[in-house]
Amino acid sequence: MSTNRSDLTDDTSEGVSNSDTTDDTLVEVNGLKTYYEDQTLFGGEPVKAVDGVDLTINSGETLGLVGESGCGKTTFGRTLVQLEDVTAGTIEYDGVDVTTLGRGELKQWRRNAQMVFQDPNSSLNDRMTVGEIIREPLDAHNWKTGQDRIEHVQELLETVGLTEEHYYRYPHQFSGGQRQRISIARSLALEPDFLVLDEPVSALDASVQAKILNLLMDLQDKYGLTYLFIAHDLSVVRHVCDRVAVMYLGKIMERGPTEDLFTDPSNPYTKSLLSAIPRADPSVEIDRIMLRGTPPSPRDPPAGCSFSTRCPMKIRPDDYEQLSENAWVAIDVFGDILQARSRSDRTVKERARELLGLKTRFASAEDISSEVFGDVEMPPSVQQEVDATIELLESGDITEAIDTFYAAFGSVCDEDTPTEHRIGQKDHVSRCHRHKTEYSDPEPVLHRTESGGD
Amino acid sequence: MTTEPPVAEVEPPLLSVENLSVTFHTDKESIHATSGLDFEIERGETVGVVGESGSGKSVTARALMGLLESTGELGAESSIKFRDESTIDRLVDDYPNAVGRGDGSSEDGTFVIDRDDGNRYVDLAKAPDQAVNQIRGSGIAMVFQDPLTSLNPVYTVGNQIKEALRIHREIRGQEATEVAIELLEDVGIPDPARRMREYPHQFSGGMRQRAIIAMTLACDPELLICDEPTTALDVTIQAQILELLQELQAERDLAILFITHDMGVIAEVADRVGVMYAGEIVEKAPVGSLFESPAHPYTRGLMSSIPSRNLDSDRLETLEGEVPTPHESPHDCRFAPRCPEAFDACHETHPNAIPIEGNADHTASCLLYPEDIQTEKAVARHTRPEERDQTETGDDTT
Repeated sequence: MSTNRSDLTDDTSEGVSNSDTTDDTLVEVNGLKTYYEDQTLFGGEPVKAVDGVDLTINSGETLGLVGESGCGKTTFGRTLVQLEDVTAGTIEYDGVDVTTLGRGELKQWRRNAQMVFQDPNSSLNDRMTVGEIIREPLDAHNWKTGQDRIEHVQELLETVGLTEEHYYRYPHQFSGGQRQRISIARSLALEPDFLVLDEPVSALDASVQAKILNLLMDLQDKYGLTYLFIAHDLSVVRHVCDRVAVMYLGKIMERGPTEDLFTDPSNPYTKSLLSAIPRADPSVEIDRIMLRGTPPSPRDPPAGCSFSTRCPMKIRPDDYEQLSENAWVAIDVFGDILQARSRSDRTVKERARELLGLKTRFASAEDISSEVFGDVEMPPSVQQEVDATIELLESGDITEAIDTFYAAFGSVCDEDTPTEHRIGQKDHVSRCHRHKTEYSDPEPVLHRTESGGD
Repeated sequence: MTTEPPVAEVEPPLLSVENLSVTFHTDKESIHATSGLDFEIERGETVGVVGESGSGKSVTARALMGLLESTGELGAESSIKFRDESTIDRLVDDYPNAVGRGDGSSEDGTFVIDRDDGNRYVDLAKAPDQAVNQIRGSGIAMVFQDPLTSLNPVYTVGNQIKEALRIHREIRGQEATEVAIELLEDVGIPDPARRMREYPHQFSGGMRQRAIIAMTLACDPELLICDEPTTALDVTIQAQILELLQELQAERDLAILFITHDMGVIAEVADRVGVMYAGEIVEKAPVGSLFESPAHPYTRGLMSSIPSRNLDSDRLETLEGEVPTPHESPHDCRFAPRCPEAFDACHETHPNAIPIEGNADHTASCLLYPEDIQTEKAVARHTRPEERDQTETGDDTT
């Protein structure tokens, strides 16, 4: 991994993606941000669903976008076809920035870019016949004559593996797989070049899934389609995609050619994600990297690297090189609890209980310390820092406690957002501080984590 | 935790399901959701049930828990034998009239079998609802697919765990709070004292599933039925939950029935696997030999449609057609219309479970087996049990 890392990356390699642009580029996304503002009176921080994404999609390829739920992959797909408004950044489709298009132009442009949704049960109107559903985009765009439209729909039905007589049936008469075929036929009606496939097979059974995947690949060969394939099932992505981008908390953590990324992942998040997939082969022993807890809220992402709260390969401060893994786990869990407490708001009732010296739902700091550090050996210097934090927590100053904690145990991962670093091949890019020359490369540090944490 | 029966030399399985059939009756039609299921679960082992949607997996789980809807009917021949000493002892005390000897003499209304040779069990298929209610939770507990809908949104998580403790173990008040905190800690929820007082919506998906597992453990069950417990979760969270279940199983010698559609998850958690198709178990095997040498054409088809097992192939192989809805009891092979290897007899003969390569643990219900004899003779094995001996001796001589 470290051997083929090119040396031209430095700390300021922001915007590597621009140099990837080739003649084949169909979609180029730069600095894309999609935020959902809180519409209430005291609207707080916006939800940063997509937070600065640079990506290019080449003509005729399938780009996979993977990540856990809530990481912003669906929002990204919806933004690409302009179902969501961008907060910042540009989306260039064939050289035209579609974020600046007016209403009429946008409608014209939409012929080029269509979307297939995840759940075939909710994405089809049950009151329309299959024919009407597939015809609707043609009607909306006033495509040729009525007779032509009917013929076109009948062709489409055949194309996706249904038959002409399905035209007059209703969606409820079809199974999940067939409904997804109808969905695909509708998205193809206007003969687009680019399709956003948002988890097109995750609601389907394995054997049906295989049929839909085969169909999508056949259609791509036949019509030269370009796909953005959004999925959380990594084995499906490996099967159909040419390149893959891994998303975490609104950011692309790593992207590269599919086989490179799957056989030689560079980013700690990608490594963890890949190791978490259950193998359909009981004879394989997996060295699984078990991640702690869940992704943080996109409303309040971590200050530094977005993965820093769960990263099993986080950079540790030099002073504590010698600390055991158990001790680090305890420290990390303690940090999580601090963060969780600072976020959970105390009700008036609880404040009152606190003032009166009654028991609140917040266990005393002493309880936490015995729960977390109970049977872990700590060197005196570390214990001192922990005690200082606990003292501040006892006195009720949670912000100060967090500051003290991170001053002692934080590192570059908690402070700076990592930039993109090029790995080996031209197109393989990863966002991690460990790619910098002064740190060792990300290697799985097994048994460094334990379950739990939120 | 478990009291071993002193008499029997080989401990009988904790649960044996025999000939389990569930039929749903509606005004329009009857649906045979499961037909003639046979399987066993030992203490400390995980039995996986895998199948596509509509194959009858969840109905099986619900039948075991006595949670069938009112339109569902258990077949008269079905039995669900649960062998947990403390459960049996309690039921013997509570229902003295229902204790029988299970020696074939017709004993109406008996559902607890207490024999001197140590063969003691309670038949959940015959037990009245009230008795099943006692066993549900304390003997057999269940984890459902969607953690949000199985928690009550208007009570705190702690309250719900304490409720389970109160009902099943009669622990109340401060003691219940302490036990609940302990349970939450056991399932890996950090800061449990605070989490106790929070509502389900304040928990993430993985945390909710942990809380539910804590709740099922509150009743100290012997058998845990997990119905797609990780399907609604992300892979990193799924890995955490699977690890947790394995830890708990090792600690408590739990028997687990794990239902899923995901072959990867099955490969990871199960010791033995049953593959279901249209309400029947078509293949049963230890997990290793199932993945190494799947015998039934359906299992083989299922395996070849999984992308991760077929990395080198450009196209995935698929099975034509869809899982049928069984409207009548089985008289043919239900997979025959989709089977690439079907022949005429498949449409007329209902296959029996046949050991594969002499391995009694690995069976497939398919007319292609036994493989080492001619097809007609193999078919005869499935059709005429009375002639089986004759056919078999015939084989030996050739």
